[in-house]
Amino acid sequence: MREPSQWVPMISRARQGDQGERERWLQQMRVSRLPGLIAGQVKWAEVARREDVAKRSLFIKILYNGKEVSRTDSRSLNTDFRVHFGQIFNLKIVNCPQSINLQVFEELGSSCSLLTQVFVPVPEPSVLTGSVLLEEFEFSSNQRVMFDHEGVGSDVPLSFEPDGSNKQTLLTSGKLSCCVSWGIGEDDVPLAPPVSQQPAGIHSGLGRLDAVTSIGASGLYDMKKIGEWATQSRLDPNDPKNASIMQLLKVARSGEVTAPDYFRLEQLQEEFNFVTDEELEGSKRFRLLRLRNQEVAEFRSYKCVPGLEREVSDKVFQEYEKRLKDGEIIDTKEHLDSHRALVAKYLQKIRESVINRFLLAKHHYLLSDLVIEEEIPSIGILGINLFKLAESKRPLKPQRKERKKVTAQNLSDGDIRLLVNIIRAYDIPVRRPHSNKPGQSTPSVIQGNDWLIGQVQVRPFVEVSFQRTVLQTTTADGPNPCWNEELQLPFSAPNGDYSIASLQSAKDEVFISIFDELVYETGVSDKDGGKSIHTRAEKHWLGSVKIPFSTIYSQSRIDGTFKVNTPSVLLGYSKERSHGTNGGYDMRSLSEGAFITVFITIEPQLVPGEPIREKFDSQEDEHLLQASERFERDAAQRYPDRPVITTVIDLNGKTVFITRYIRPLNPPQELLDAFPNNPQEATALVARFVSLIPSLPDRVSFSGVCDLWSTCDQFLTLLAGDEEEHAVLLCNYFLSMGKKTWLIIGTAIPEGPTAYVLTYEQSRYLIWNPSSGQYYGQYDTFCPLQTVGCLVNADNVWLNVQQYTAPMRISFDTTKANLWKPFFSRSFSHPGLSSVQQGELVYRRTDRAAAAELQDRIEKILKEKIMEWRPRQPTRWNRYCTTTLKQFLPKLELSGGRDVAEGHRHELQSLLGDNRIAGFPLHLPFSEIRPIVEAVHSTGVHNIQASNVEFALAVYVHPYPNNVLSVWVYLASLVRT
Amino acid sequence: MATSDPSVFLLTVNGQIEGADFPEYDNLYCKYCFVYGHDWAQISGLEEGITQITCKGSQSSHKLIWNFPLETTFKSTNPSGWPQLVVSVYGPDVFGNDVVRGYGATHIPFTSGQHTKTVPMFVPEPTWRLQKFTSWLLGRRPEYTDPKVVAQGEGREVTRVRSQGFVSVSFHILTKDMKKLGYDTGPSSPVNNGSDASAWSTEEQTYRM
Repeated sequence: MREPSQWVPMISRARQGDQGERERWLQQMRVSRLPGLIAGQVKWAEVARREDVAKRSLFIKILYNGKEVSRTDSRSLNTDFRVHFGQIFNLKIVNCPQSINLQVFEELGSSCSLLTQVFVPVPEPSVLTGSVLLEEFEFSSNQRVMFDHEGVGSDVPLSFEPDGSNKQTLLTSGKLSCCVSWGIGEDDVPLAPPVSQQPAGIHSGLGRLDAVTSIGASGLYDMKKIGEWATQSRLDPNDPKNASIMQLLKVARSGEVTAPDYFRLEQLQEEFNFVTDEELEGSKRFRLLRLRNQEVAEFRSYKCVPGLEREVSDKVFQEYEKRLKDGEIIDTKEHLDSHRALVAKYLQKIRESVINRFLLAKHHYLLSDLVIEEEIPSIGILGINLFKLAESKRPLKPQRKERKKVTAQNLSDGDIRLLVNIIRAYDIPVRRPHSNKPGQSTPSVIQGNDWLIGQVQVRPFVEVSFQRTVLQTTTADGPNPCWNEELQLPFSAPNGDYSIASLQSAKDEVFISIFDELVYETGVSDKDGGKSIHTRAEKHWLGSVKIPFSTIYSQSRIDGTFKVNTPSVLLGYSKERSHGTNGGYDMRSLSEGAFITVFITIEPQLVPGEPIREKFDSQEDEHLLQASERFERDAAQRYPDRPVITTVIDLNGKTVFITRYIRPLNPPQELLDAFPNNPQEATALVARFVSLIPSLPDRVSFSGVCDLWSTCDQFLTLLAGDEEEHAVLLCNYFLSMGKKTWLIIGTAIPEGPTAYVLTYEQSRYLIWNPSSGQYYGQYDTFCPLQTVGCLVNADNVWLNVQQYTAPMRISFDTTKANLWKPFFSRSFSHPGLSSVQQGELVYRRTDRAAAAELQDRIEKILKEKIMEWRPRQPTRWNRYCTTTLKQFLPKLELSGGRDVAEGHRHELQSLLGDNRIAGFPLHLPFSEIRPIVEAVHSTGVHNIQASNVEFALAVYVHPYPNNVLSVWVYLASLVRT
Repeated sequence: MATSDPSVFLLTVNGQIEGADFPEYDNLYCKYCFVYGHDWAQISGLEEGITQITCKGSQSSHKLIWNFPLETTFKSTNPSGWPQLVVSVYGPDVFGNDVVRGYGATHIPFTSGQHTKTVPMFVPEPTWRLQKFTSWLLGRRPEYTDPKVVAQGEGREVTRVRSQGFVSVSFHILTKDMKKLGYDTGPSSPVNNGSDASAWSTEEQTYRM
């Protein structure tokens, strides 16, 4: 059997016949330019003419088959109107001659103009060098030439008679003498091509068909095409030069050779195989080596692969095979919910395929990865440094300085600390005086006296817990405290692996909780004559902020004011703002709730992982991709701090244009039906539905390799996604509800680069945070959105080209081209991109039975956990209170946590009159059990030390369509007084 | 890891970093470390070390002599990832800053016996000519993030280096049980003193798998 690669040389040999041809040209040319002469006395005008002639020179270009192959030197015209070139050009030709063309040029200074061209016939094969005579070719040109001296010019009427009669018109004309002939080789063989293959007559115009040019190099492997070519070019079957091709064609026609449709690169591979493939597959040792080389998780750092086959135990593979098999089995214990377990598996699969795709890219290095080099100090930096010399040593308002970055690999446990600077808080809920029963509560509480004075409303302190390390600030006074304290929490990476990928996928969260410290008097003892008062401090949870470690890591620092996540009902506290002396904070009055200002960073500063440096394949038009690359590059140059996205990567790893994600999509009908007459309520409910889908940053799920955008139906199937997915879904819902909606690409605290949703309603703009479901007015100072980079809708992308980026300082009117630069404009119009979203979303019905079951399981687990956290004291559960709380939770869900608090409090108070009760409901989207346990733990309710404490715990799971679950945990502690 | 005592072979390296030949520089010292693959483990000896500072003698040739001993033993199951000695030479520049004068790596010889290796050294080059000047001025020459880079092939294409100087290292190699695992490290063994039953001999009865 013949391999295709073996017959390639034969064809090239067949072409070598042409290469041997050689053509030799002898050219001697005499050109005379007839007009331009009137002989006479040498007058000054004639001198001018002669000078002009001397300035001009002629040369000839030789064109073979229409291509310039050579040119003569340029010579000037002699006085006898001749030009003598006397040059011989040897031309080795590969293609068969079709035309030989001589172009005569006139050169004046640096400019040259074509005078005329002469076609020379291709010589017969018998015309050989040395036996030819010069031939003369006449030429003329009808170009009009006029001179300002006495020269005649061309195509100009002139008369030789003194009276101007008998006018004549002379044209530029002349003769070119040259000869063309075939060369003679060393052995006196003429180098002309054989007569039979001359293009004369039969194939005129086509020339002889060359195999490669006629069917293309790739066609050479195709037998059929070669056959066609052979018949087309009338290959001489009797020519011995063609014998091998004819042989091949004959074999091919008889069907003995079927050309394989692949090209074998390593034909000799088999020769070099050291074992057969079967042996390679069967051997445990080879398998182990291969798995390690493929960087399979279990074997990536496997040490000491045994050198002998028999020493590899089967146990090594057990875990790995179990994992492979486990792909289908669902572990319900961890996930509680079978659907979410399935999704987790699916996510795992996507993750693996994506990671495999990027394994290659991981091995791409930049110079900075390998070599440490000092930056060149630019003029700007030098200037700043000079400026710094004049700066005061201890300025009144110090700025934070940039620190040196540390690469993650050479770190170990205890090297990394998390620095949390707690600065201040605003509008913390204050204690409610037990006004309905003042007589009972005040005597036992020390602060009771303070109420009378009217000073201490609350004594808050902040507790930061991270990886089960808990630190707290000192206690401050009042609802607007200022702590200004720095807390340092140690960080230990998962499995002690400090690589960038591992740090990025750390799932730990920092909980910043605000507590109120209450001090109770427990008794007075009269020892040693002195009176000592025993007090007991109790802390009540007021609210918390949680920030994922991955966000801190990727942002490298978080600085800002956050809304504290306060429970909708806080027993014993009121959220009424203290409209007191400091009335200057009018700007804040728009938003409700408590706020805390913190600064968080990691010490030492770690280098966040870089986005993948690889181009992804795409189905988009090349022009579009280039335009978007240009758009993004221009934006990055002019506005480096404004995030701009025009193309994103979908779950298949393909680049997709961003507007394709935007399309009106129907929200679940049940949500729309809930408030048929109140569109505002319905909007809030839809936003709440979107925010209930758990957030999972891509850098956690894909260990930071890239930011992937899933479509809305993928997002609803996975039930986990980034802010971008939330934003796209919310935007699409709003569009289908008939709102004017845009996607905002910008930066926010604490998320960093993110996506928000902008709507235009009742002539004002609203900014929606898709992951919390909350909305802010454009002029809200506590809006977490800090920078607006660009706006996106289904038709276009607009880049913010205004001076400012903060939402409250910009105009959202995208029709103004001087404020918003559109991607698609008149010069580059929208090519009609179809959407990647499916036309209609199908939702699964709510499953109340499953929700109820989940509710019981969560309750059981939480009760067990609380008892586990209180190993010393007995944990008693107050059943009566629990049932009350349980009845209350569904009301909270329905109202979204508003308006019912007051009534509920009264109800509880009347039921449990002589108990001091502290409690609150927690609200979470459901993804796994772990975050719920963490959230409950961070509130510290279990830490109450009083001996007569009782607990109440109620869990309510509210099902939404498509298995989106809203979890409420009501936790209360009761102390009998 | 999980496997219980797979059969290993041993490689003992004795030798010394003899000296260096850097015609332009003086007062140099040398750091060394070993780089080896997954299947290797160092069971005795120092994994890395640092020599004294030495300056050129006046009468002798312009060699810098360290004579720093190397003594280490490796055990392994597979020859892939054979240990490499990575040396890097440092010395002060005109301003007294310690800068790197060369990186180099060599495989530890495979065969038993005595070997002398001359390791050519190189340093990464600054990217720009201006950077060359500033790095000279500030005494911060470009350096590898990790000297072990020179023992690996991955990612080297992004760097540019200049070669300068040589380091000579002598090795005395002993291997044990190589043949037992089926590896023949070649003919450098002189005469088989069959009577000596020491397991440390270079020749072993061939073992067929």
